[in-house]
Amino acid sequence: MTRAIPLEAVLVVAAALFCIGLFGALSRRNLVGVLMGIELMLNSVNINLVAFWRYLEPRFITGPTFAIFIITVAAAEAAVGLAMIIAIYRTWNTVNIDNVDSLKG
Amino acid sequence: MALILLRRPYGWEPMDLLIQIIFGLLAALIIGAAMMVVTVRNVIHAALWLIASFFAVAALYLTLEAEFIAIVQVLVYVGAISILILFAIMLTRSSEGERLLTKHWWAAALISLGLFGAVLLPTLIGHTWNIPLPTGPVDAPETLSGVEDIGRGFVNEFVIHFEVAGILLTVALIGAIVIAFEERSRRRHVLTLSEEHILRQRQQATAERVSAVADAAD
Repeated sequence: MTRAIPLEAVLVVAAALFCIGLFGALSRRNLVGVLMGIELMLNSVNINLVAFWRYLEPRFITGPTFAIFIITVAAAEAAVGLAMIIAIYRTWNTVNIDNVDSLKG
Repeated sequence: MALILLRRPYGWEPMDLLIQIIFGLLAALIIGAAMMVVTVRNVIHAALWLIASFFAVAALYLTLEAEFIAIVQVLVYVGAISILILFAIMLTRSSEGERLLTKHWWAAALISLGLFGAVLLPTLIGHTWNIPLPTGPVDAPETLSGVEDIGRGFVNEFVIHFEVAGILLTVALIGAIVIAFEERSRRRHVLTLSEEHILRQRQQATAERVSAVADAAD
């Protein structure tokens, strides 16, 4: 496996996924779409962790352990974020980010 | 990427080609599904493409020989987070308006493309990673840390992290409930089926009475 695919190929895939997620998080108008972009970014970080573990330190468990922690954080973030989206929808009756601008000076 | 794949450091085997084809397909699926997530107009379709992307990432973990992470990915991302996102879309269905992206979407595109093309790609390609050389006999199987080691790590060296993750999950659970909680007085009253039936009967009776009165008047 490590001989067939160089580490750089996996890292490039993860970097591309991160940039697509960043674009989604910055540009989508729908709040749920923004959250989906953030999930994509967290996924790419996980790919990086697992790839570094597999190629550089396969005998230690730091990589998978931190991947599991990031999955935990992603689950917590999704739960709180979606609860906030539902609360915002109830208050302003919209989920478009340019309509939710009451903090604008 | 094809260039990287062609630069093989060691010998060549048919098995390697198979792995490379599988990896290429998975990479294409991950990137393509992610592109669909950020560009497709319908939010529900975006969520379904997101699920496809999560599955492809799980398959990539399998090719990287991280079975436990792959299963956790399917359980948590595909099983929980996507369902949560689908429910949020269902509860916040509204007029989405004309535009899919914000006014300054080109700035976001510029930032992402710049980050990828100018920072990440040159760094990744230019850096030499000190991959440990295989020790011992040539075709000896590598020792990989498995589920057992992860479990042992959670009760030994990573016990604090484990506890903090548990506290984080509890706090997130309570926080999500508090944020999404709606007071009973502000809640819209939703009729049960029997209440709706009684209401409809009453409306029907009123309508009949009105028509009867109208007939009598004639």
